[in-house]
Amino acid sequence: MEEIVSLYQTVNSEEVISWVRVGAVNDFPENAGACIRHNSRQIAVYHFARTDKWYACQNLCPHKMEMVISRGMIGDSQGIPKVACPIHKKTFSLEDGTNLNGEEYSIATYPVKIEAGNVYIGFGD
Amino acid sequence: MKKIIVVGNGMVGFKFCEKLVNHPNRDQFEVLVFGEELRPAYDRVHLSEYFSLESADQLLLAPLNWYQENKILLQTSELISFIDTEAKKVFTHKNESYEYDYLILATGSSPFVPALKGVDKPGVFIYRTIEDLEAIQNYASKLKEKGRFNAAILGGGLLGLEAANATKELGMNTQVIEFAPRLMPRQLDQSGSDLLQSKIESLGLKIHLGKNSKEILGEDGIEQIEFTDGTSLQIDMLVISAGIRPRDELAVKSGIRTGERGGVIVNNKMETSDPSIYAIGEVALYNQNIYGLVAPGYEMAAVAVDQIMGGEKLMSPSIDMSTQLKLVGTEVASFGDPFIETEETTAIRYENKQRGIYKRINISKDGSKLLGGILVGDASDYNSLFQLYINGLKLPENAEDLILGQRGGEGKSSFGSAMDLPDTAQICSCESVNKGTICGAIQSGACSDLKEVIKQTKASSCCGGCKPMVVDLVNETLKSLGRTVKESICEHFDFSRQELFDLVKLNNTSGYDEALDTFGKGHGCEICKPVMASIFASIFMETANKQVAIQDSNDRFLANIQRNGTYSVVPRVAGGEITPEKLVVLGQVAKKYDLYTKITGGQRIDLFGAQLNELPLIWKELIDAGFESGHAYGKSLRTVKSCVGSTWCRFGMHDSVSFAIRIEERYKGLRSPHKLKGGVSGCIRECAEARGKDFGVIAVEGGWNLYVCGNGGATPKHAILLASQLDDDTCIKFLDRFLIYYIRTAAPLMRTAPWLEKLDGGIEYLKKVVVEDCLGMAEEFEKEMDGLVEKYACEWKEAIEDPEMMKRFRPFVNTEESDDQLVFVPLREQKMPKPW
Ligand code: SRM
Ligand SMILES: Cc1cc2nc3c(=O)[nH]c(=O)nc-3n(C[C@H](O)[C@H](O)[C@H](O)COP(=O)(O)OP(=O)(O)OC[C@H]3O[C@@H](n4cnc5c(N)ncnc54)[C@H](O)[C@@H]3O)c2cc1C
Ligand code: SF4
Ligand code: FES
Repeated sequence: MEEIVSLYQTVNSEEVISWVRVGAVNDFPENAGACIRHNSRQIAVYHFARTDKWYACQNLCPHKMEMVISRGMIGDSQGIPKVACPIHKKTFSLEDGTNLNGEEYSIATYPVKIEAGNVYIGFGD
Repeated sequence: MKKIIVVGNGMVGFKFCEKLVNHPNRDQFEVLVFGEELRPAYDRVHLSEYFSLESADQLLLAPLNWYQENKILLQTSELISFIDTEAKKVFTHKNESYEYDYLILATGSSPFVPALKGVDKPGVFIYRTIEDLEAIQNYASKLKEKGRFNAAILGGGLLGLEAANATKELGMNTQVIEFAPRLMPRQLDQSGSDLLQSKIESLGLKIHLGKNSKEILGEDGIEQIEFTDGTSLQIDMLVISAGIRPRDELAVKSGIRTGERGGVIVNNKMETSDPSIYAIGEVALYNQNIYGLVAPGYEMAAVAVDQIMGGEKLMSPSIDMSTQLKLVGTEVASFGDPFIETEETTAIRYENKQRGIYKRINISKDGSKLLGGILVGDASDYNSLFQLYINGLKLPENAEDLILGQRGGEGKSSFGSAMDLPDTAQICSCESVNKGTICGAIQSGACSDLKEVIKQTKASSCCGGCKPMVVDLVNETLKSLGRTVKESICEHFDFSRQELFDLVKLNNTSGYDEALDTFGKGHGCEICKPVMASIFASIFMETANKQVAIQDSNDRFLANIQRNGTYSVVPRVAGGEITPEKLVVLGQVAKKYDLYTKITGGQRIDLFGAQLNELPLIWKELIDAGFESGHAYGKSLRTVKSCVGSTWCRFGMHDSVSFAIRIEERYKGLRSPHKLKGGVSGCIRECAEARGKDFGVIAVEGGWNLYVCGNGGATPKHAILLASQLDDDTCIKFLDRFLIYYIRTAAPLMRTAPWLEKLDGGIEYLKKVVVEDCLGMAEEFEKEMDGLVEKYACEWKEAIEDPEMMKRFRPFVNTEESDDQLVFVPLREQKMPKPW
């Protein structure tokens, strides 16, 4: 378990070492999430079509360690974009991964960029 | 310390205790209460609800520990058999004695049982205590098992009709026998009675008027009742409700003065012939009358407490006997002097046989004062009329507007608002609470909502008749303070679900984004999205494939997510009936995809452990074999459970399986505020547990009984009878109306039982909407349901036939591989997810 958790660390855009292309914009659903796999990581990617913003975070829900967060519903809370885990509806900020229910665990987030109709995720390794 | 003994722990005896403990000088007294009944005081007014309650405890006026907390010594199951007025002592039936300084007689009354030959036969009952009702219920169910269904009530007064409704709800064919030429002779005139009679008869109860009973016949139990006119009726049980007799036997025996026709004589201080003994409630003879209602009894309790405490409170010189009731689903009210017709008065009558309404008001000749009246079929104006009468308010110019409404105008009520009443206007007569007290409770900041106001002032806590007015007063007062409470579903929509439903319908809103833009704000969340999805589905019957992104996660993938992120597959097995061929297919599919298999609590089969990408493959095979989505993931119709019914079962009365399948096929795919479950049982043994469902249908002689608003789960509730002896089509019609009404008005994730609890007027109101069509919307509801049924589509079939939709079930956007993180462990001969 420890191992799998330590795989996911938040990456800020200035820390990105490699931008990985994960698909075309059209491959991702609007206003919902989808999952991509890169090496041993599963990353959830969300397209907020209303604001045309993209977010990415770990697919692993830190609550019960299940690979499910990409299948959660998204929305905003006081303007903060968020995702609710489909299993127990714990909610996390997609801006910085903080747990919006006030619990300890949080999730790692990753920068996303769109170039020429393609979606890229920034990793720190 | 002085000692008070209260004999009788009924409604009024309890009220005495309650008023006493709230008195500042309460500590100067020791209080000892004797009650003959098993239980502490309970709400006799709502006695008939006993049949639909889970436990009789729900009727208690206060739990046992209330007495302890208030230092009242209560001895139940203890009859006082003698009072030694000289020595100031009471003796129990066990001959134990207790001393008193003040004695309160609150022994109530008992049903009057005429001295008919044969009244002692088994099957003859009275209707006064919980035990009486228990006995009636037991006897009725034994009769029903023997295929005997005929009950009669002796007495067509207020209580008799209530008893009639109760035996009818127990599934008995009920008839009412009344000596007088009309029903409720004390409250209604002939026209009112005629109307009530035809209403009641249309609901399947038979009425016999002007019948003088002679003898009850039968071998082991009652079988027949004979009348003096030579006619007779075949009946299997009889409930006697022919008036009340004050229980003054204790007083008589102890030498306290009683009236010629019974009752302990009291003055306006509630004192009896012995100055240290008071009598209150139905045993007290005040102004040469016994008052069979709680309100006067409560006033007597208040007077007695005040007198004992040295106060000067006196009983009102005249007692108001106004009543408002719902009898066999019909509203009836009578107030003031309902019959008066003299030189100085005029009666204005309105009768509409088609709609089953009769109204009469008696006004003074000059048209300024309301003296009394009768309302049958529609008593919605009762509270306002009663206010005009009891407070002697001046009537509007055209008094007929009071019962006809203002014609030609905007349909505004001619009373104005409850807020126009004077502060002294008595709103709750049971608890004597006036308008000033109710509004003051809010204005002073002591209370902030209806619940708190009821708790503090006790207004509408008794018979509940004044509740609509209390609600108005509370809301209006809150509004005047700028404190309206708004129900909004989340930060994105400042509306309740019902308001959103109407907004979407009125604006013909095409989708979630448009809804956010036109009447919402922000970008939505996991609360409002599924609510809106449900509303769109209920209005347009769109499947979960139409606006995928707003579906709850389970609906988005058309399956229930499991603890490890895999999914379960539950095909529909309508009514629980499945062919061997289809069973084989389920087995083969489960085997092929290595799925854990289990029979569910809903009479179908669940295949667990499917991975996201496997879902469409599995469903393709199932659909090819003739299966459809079971919507186990949706807030929608789940199953309609059936028992085997008359096709195979030796007790079956109708074909419950066919009917369950018909119902399940009709409502499959219907989305609603919460999940919906149904059941159909072939007889009253109820093997389908239909009364544990949102709607349940039970076969009885002559048709189906339809029950609604039950559930199992965390807060189990038995469904309540909505209508009885229906044929198939009428049952479906009522179900259509019920379901649409629920779907339109319930809050998100509110099942039918709590919805009914919140519905103003409760089951009686629901009956009016569904059965009597008081909103005039029945046809619209049925059409709406027809439209939804017509548009049904299996969403799994849609999904597997559309390559675009299939993309949704890919675990990863950027690779075709499946998720290798899943770990299963063996479980018996199957598997399960690795535990957390
Ligand atoms: C599969 C099944 C249990 C079983 O193995 O038998 C089941 C499984 C679940 N039930 Fe249930 N319920 C199942 C029959 C019942 C029954 C029995 C019945 O229907 O006769 C009840 C009580 C009756 C009732 O609903 O009134 C029942 C009362 C609940 C409740 C409590 C509802 C309530 O109003 O209190 C929930 C929670 C909820 O819905 O909010 C619930 C929720 C759930 C959920 C959906 C919880 C969840 O969100 O994951 C479970 C999904 C398990 C899964 O992973 O697929 N389930 N659940 C049954 C499926 C029946 C079917 O064929 O569709
Ligand atoms: C089915 C039904 C429906 C009703 N509906 C309405 C309604 O809608 N509106 C309305 O205003 N009223 C209604 N009433 C009437 C109302 O219930 C009575 O007016 C009220 O209960 C009277 O209260 P009470 O305390 O005087 O008598 P009770 O409630 O009868 O209490 C008297 C108690 O004293 C006990 N007792 C008697 N003798 C002794 C003794 N010697 N020693 C010890 N204990 C003794 C009795 O067992 C009983 O428990 C209804 C009554 C019934 C039965
Ligand atoms: S009772 Fe609880 S554990 Fe069992 S299936 Fe229902 S929700 Fe799951
Ligand atoms: S596993 Fe995500 S909230 Fe529990």
